[in-house]
Amino acid sequence: MQRYTKTAIALHWLIALLIIAAFLLGLNMVEIKGFTPTKLKYFSWHKWLGVTVLGLAAIRLLWRLLNKPPAALAMPRWQHLAAEGMHHLLYLLMFAVPVSGYLYSYAAGVPVVYLGLFEMPAVIGPNPELKPVLKTVHYVLTMTMAGAVLAHALAAIKHHLIDRDNTLKRMLP
Amino acid sequence: MKTLPKIALVTLLGITLAASAAALKTDPAKSTVSATFKQMNVPIDAKFKQFTVAIDYDAAKPDASKASVEINIASFDLGDPEYNKEVTKKEWFNAAQFPKASFVSSAIKSAGAGKLNVTGKLTIKGKTADVTFPLTVKAEGGKQIFEGALPIKRLAYNIGEGEWKDTSMVADDVIIKFHVTAQ
Repeated sequence: MQRYTKTAIALHWLIALLIIAAFLLGLNMVEIKGFTPTKLKYFSWHKWLGVTVLGLAAIRLLWRLLNKPPAALAMPRWQHLAAEGMHHLLYLLMFAVPVSGYLYSYAAGVPVVYLGLFEMPAVIGPNPELKPVLKTVHYVLTMTMAGAVLAHALAAIKHHLIDRDNTLKRMLP
Repeated sequence: MKTLPKIALVTLLGITLAASAAALKTDPAKSTVSATFKQMNVPIDAKFKQFTVAIDYDAAKPDASKASVEINIASFDLGDPEYNKEVTKKEWFNAAQFPKASFVSSAIKSAGAGKLNVTGKLTIKGKTADVTFPLTVKAEGGKQIFEGALPIKRLAYNIGEGEWKDTSMVADDVIIKFHVTAQ
């Protein structure tokens, strides 16, 4: 069986874990009413996770472009195309979701200070008109990603349990 | 019947102000008062949208200058209506009980060309403290621009009580910045 490289596997699972953590934290933090230290802490952590995902996604894209993935497994053409399309979408969202959140934070006038140590560059200044737009964009992209991740995971499980092929195995650590 | 003495007082104040040649007229549209602080090391800059500034200044007699500022606490704008409402609450500014913050100068001393050292009383949330800070003055298109920054410790004024006393969450250091255009 031809597997993905160790680096590709490590990046895949690490990013998956961080995305799930950021997603759950994001869903919870916006439900906290009013103004509490916990809420502010969660917002900061959520942003740190987002910046980490963005950085790792850049490394992962570079690695993917420089290293050939394993040859495609035997499957119907439509499945192959669907998988390919889904992978492209997931790569796109790995960048688009954190970038939209990052811009939303700056539009709200709140700089992102990674790990409470490094202030990230302000791509845009405070912008009250853009703020609600970016909030919606961040939400819609996030929910699109949640759907895409779910479909991606279900497809992998289907290949593993029903088709009994190596689709999932070649990405397992 | 109570309005009569009030009118008399206002008239008297008006005469006093008119008599002083150095009283300046401030331009609220070109003036700002803001507070800068750090929340988990994230710098936040928020403006007070409503305030009045009275400045008595004559470049020829800088040491005779006077200044006072009154800030409407509820006009603090963090850029989010929900947060703005939260900070007027008891733990923060307690705007219901202390709607105004103020500064009244007690002494202004010249500190070189275009520089002044201002001493006075700062009152926030019912707490008054003596403060001193540097101020710069420059003339621009027939107007005078006063700029200064006054560092304070928020906990000295009880701003952020209970769980908000934690300075790792919101730093104790706050800088009040102002930019006043007057004529």
